[in-house]
This record gives sequence, C-alpha cells and structure tokens, in this order.
Amino acid sequence: MNDMTVFDVERIRQDFPIFSEKVHGKRLTFLDSGASAQKPQAVLDAVHDAYAKTYANVHRGVHHLSQQSTELYEGAREIVRAHMNAASLDEIVFTKNTTEAINLVAQSYGQLALKEGDEILLSYLEHHSNIVPWQLAAEKVGATVKAVPIDQNGEFLLEEYLKLLSPKTKIVAITHISNAIGTIVPVKEVIEAAHNMGIPVLLDGSQAMPHMKVDVQALDVDFYVFTGHKVFAPTGIGVLYAKNEWLEKMPPYQGGGDMINRVTFEKTTYATGHSKFEAGTPPIVQAIGLGAAINYVNAIGFDTIAAHEQKLLAYATDQLSQLNSVKIIGQAKQKAAIISFTMEGVHPHDIGTIVDQSGVAIRVGHHCAQPLMDFFDVPSTARASFALYNNREDVDHLVQSIKTVQEFFG
Amino acid sequence: MSDSLKELYQEVILDHSKHPRNFGKPEHFSHEAHGYNPLCGDTVNVYMTLDEQDIIQDVSFDGKGCAISLASASLMTEILKGKTKREALSLFDQFHKLVAADGTDLDAGEDTERLMVLAGVKQFPMRVKCATLSWHAMNSAFKGAAETTTE
Repeated sequence: MNDMTVFDVERIRQDFPIFSEKVHGKRLTFLDSGASAQKPQAVLDAVHDAYAKTYANVHRGVHHLSQQSTELYEGAREIVRAHMNAASLDEIVFTKNTTEAINLVAQSYGQLALKEGDEILLSYLEHHSNIVPWQLAAEKVGATVKAVPIDQNGEFLLEEYLKLLSPKTKIVAITHISNAIGTIVPVKEVIEAAHNMGIPVLLDGSQAMPHMKVDVQALDVDFYVFTGHKVFAPTGIGVLYAKNEWLEKMPPYQGGGDMINRVTFEKTTYATGHSKFEAGTPPIVQAIGLGAAINYVNAIGFDTIAAHEQKLLAYATDQLSQLNSVKIIGQAKQKAAIISFTMEGVHPHDIGTIVDQSGVAIRVGHHCAQPLMDFFDVPSTARASFALYNNREDVDHLVQSIKTVQEFFG
Repeated sequence: MSDSLKELYQEVILDHSKHPRNFGKPEHFSHEAHGYNPLCGDTVNVYMTLDEQDIIQDVSFDGKGCAISLASASLMTEILKGKTKREALSLFDQFHKLVAADGTDLDAGEDTERLMVLAGVKQFPMRVKCATLSWHAMNSAFKGAAETTTE
C-alpha cells in the first residue's frame, strides 16, 4: 500500500479488487460492511502466501514449515495484542468469530461465577449473539437476563443502567457499537460503574473494531470480543481479549489437542493462558490474514479512517433526510457510520431487491437484533453501513436508487 | 429500471400489496396457521373455513410482510375460495413449480394463469420464500399444525 499521509479514498478503493467487479452490469456500491467487510489485496496476498509458501500445522512440528507457520500465526497474535494494547499475549484468545468468543465467556465464566438468582445485564442494542449465549448460560443455573433500555433516538440510557446494576449482577455484557443503528455506547462509564460494584464487563466490539482504535487497558475492560471478517480479514477468525486473572480462574471451554499440559486417562492438566481455550488445530491462515488486515488499517490510521467515515455519515444522513418517505431509525449523538432506515409504505425487502438492481448492496432485515426492532415497532429495517473504502459517490448512488424505489411504490 | 424488476413488481402485484384482499382475522374459522420467515421476521396468519366436503368456504389472512408476500397471500385467498382441499394443495404444488422450479409442466387453467403474475420471482431466488410463505401456512393449516416457518 502507498504512503497515506493524506487520506485518498480513491487510492484506498484500488486496494480492494472487488471494486473492479460489476453487479448487474453496474458499478458496485457496497454498503453492507457491517455484515462483512471486503478484503484488501494485502490480506489476499497474506492468505495466498501462507498457503503457497509457508503452510504447515502450528505448535507441533520440528520441521522448517511448521516453525515458519507457527511464527506467522503467533506473529498475528502479537499484532492483535499490540493493536488492542493488551498487557500480554496470553490474554489474546483466537476463536472462530465473535459468537464463539461470547459463547466461550458465557459458558466458562458462567460455570465459574453464575448461580441461581444471579443476573446478567445486557442492553436493548444487542445482537442476538450477545443475547442467546447468556440465555443458555442463565438457564443452566436459574439466573436471569436483564436489559438496559434505550430511548427513541437509540441512545443507551446510562441512568437506567445504573439503576439495574445490583449485587445480583454477575456480569455486564454490552455492545460497544450497535450493529443495527450505529449507537456508540458510553463504555467507559459503563465499565467504571460496574467495577465500582466489583462486576466484570464484556464488550462486543464487532462493529467498533472497523471504525476505531480500542485500548483494552485504557478501558480497563475484562473481556473484549470481535470478529475478523468485519475488519477486512478472512472469515473463521475472531478474538477474545480477556484479563489474565479471569483466564486463570475460568475452566476450559472445549477439550482437545493444544489446550493440555499432560493427558492420562485418570487426569488431564491444562495449558495456561490463551492455549487453555484454543483446542484443536486453530484457524492458522485466517489468523495470519487478520494480522495483515490490522497492519493494513493501522498503516492508514484510525484517526484518518474515523474522520473520513464521520464525514460520509453526515453527508448520507443529510441526503437521506431530504427524502420525504425515508425515516432514519436511530439518531444517537455518537454514532458510527451505520444508518438504519425505513420507507413509508415500502417493506425493507422490497427496498433491498430494487436498489440491488442498481448495484447498491445494503442489508435488509432484523439485523439479528429483534428486541431492538420490537422496541422501534418495526419488523425490519434497511441498513447502509460504511467502511473506509466508501465515498460520496456511494451515497449518491444509494439516494438515487431509493428514488427508484419511490417511483415503484409512489 | 431493469426488466426483471418490472416483471417482479407488476401493477397487479403492487395493487394487491397496497390493497390486500381478504385481509383480517374473521370471527369464525375452522383452520388456521401462523407462517413465519425467520430470515426477515415477516409473519402471516391464514384463516380458513372448510365445510364437510372439505371445500374452502372462506379464507383470509393477516400479518406483516413485503410487497411480494402480501400480494402472494392476497392472490392466494382470492383463488382458493371455493376450492377443495385437494385442489388447493395441487395449486400449491403448481405455484411452487412456478416460482422455485423451472416453471415447466404447469397445468393449464385459469388459476395457474392468475398466479403467473408472480413468475418474476424466479429471477430473485432470495425472494422465493416471501412468495411461498402464505402457501406454506395454508398447507400447515390443513395439516392442523399451528405454526410453520420457511426454514
């Protein structure tokens, strides 16, 4: 990638081969990065080279390729550690995705700390992946899941949160940024208040990681999870950051190779640190791809990326607001570049199909956030989510294609 | 505007979606089923009144859905009124062939003809479930299952 002293979105777009593809013969306007982001050439090359030049299983061979593969794989862990500013490599657990990372914490921390009558505190902004694992853990022991309410703008209600915190609360698990409506949650305040009562906090950073730099030590967060494919990396790789003090106490989540110290039929002792939670052959190449993706975004810089995306968000919000039939769902003061909207008299699925014919890719549906949809009393919305490679032309195409929808249903 | 879009959102479809026929829950009915598409969250309830000969005396629906699912449900209720259970299930089979399969070997007839307005759905595989949701619910209602999903 070229030197990026000044952000040039057209140059960024050239790093992503997908943008030379046509959709229905039209220019691709990709506004679905919130579901999964496109991949830069740097990531594709890293994945290709890992298979073509250095591939072997990790951690077990004494031969050359195994050593090279292990160095690259563990090198990726160091890239993630440095990026999140974790205190030690032991605290970076590789998982399949965010969902697996949350299930790991819900099951393992649940086994350690949850008992009948306890409470798990979530919010109305959560993705199903930060609801269902907690319900499963709660059901096992007879604990209860509670949710912090939001207001009509989609703002996280801090005062209500403080009221819901109680000695019964055993963990707070909240999204950093809402996938459905873009709200940025005041996580610093959330963590401080929980810690004042001795309660650990898990943050779901799936939507935050592509848009901002996260410092887990500055946040003092206990668990921070994210998925690789939303930060321009391959699918199949996710990350659980967990403070060492928790990883030491928590029981293993899955058993298998690589997570053991010594195995006999009578008794097995476990590995320590991240290894305890990484059973079996890991997603080696995917992790290497994640390392390449993080290097890629850091070379551009998150200050630059955030400034670019916020400009796009403001422009898109302004342009969409000028369309009478469009209603934006979620108008929090602090938002990431995600816009959910509905159109009067038109179902989101029809919007999605029609704009797609113009080459515009948006997500339509409930965004795996049905409690949030219920709150706004809509079955679903249309969602345009932006990433560093989007430009004003993308916004103009979206607006133009929505006008086509209006023509159909007007 | 592409031709496939024009074929999908024909006037008849838009008309039925904006002004669905036989919409609403009746006071009395003998069969009902709830259809749910977990992918989009859309719902449809189908209510039928059958007489002793298994003839559909009345059929209506309600629910929330896209233009395709509303229009399809609305058309279905118009066509099914007066049909026997057997005829209704045979039409379901025809309809499925029309939107999800290659659309060949369809029976000729007035009802199939009317369903042809939904043939455009075939070009949009992601929308087939929208079109078939109400038909699946109708099928479940006959079977006495209270609930059906498109999955």
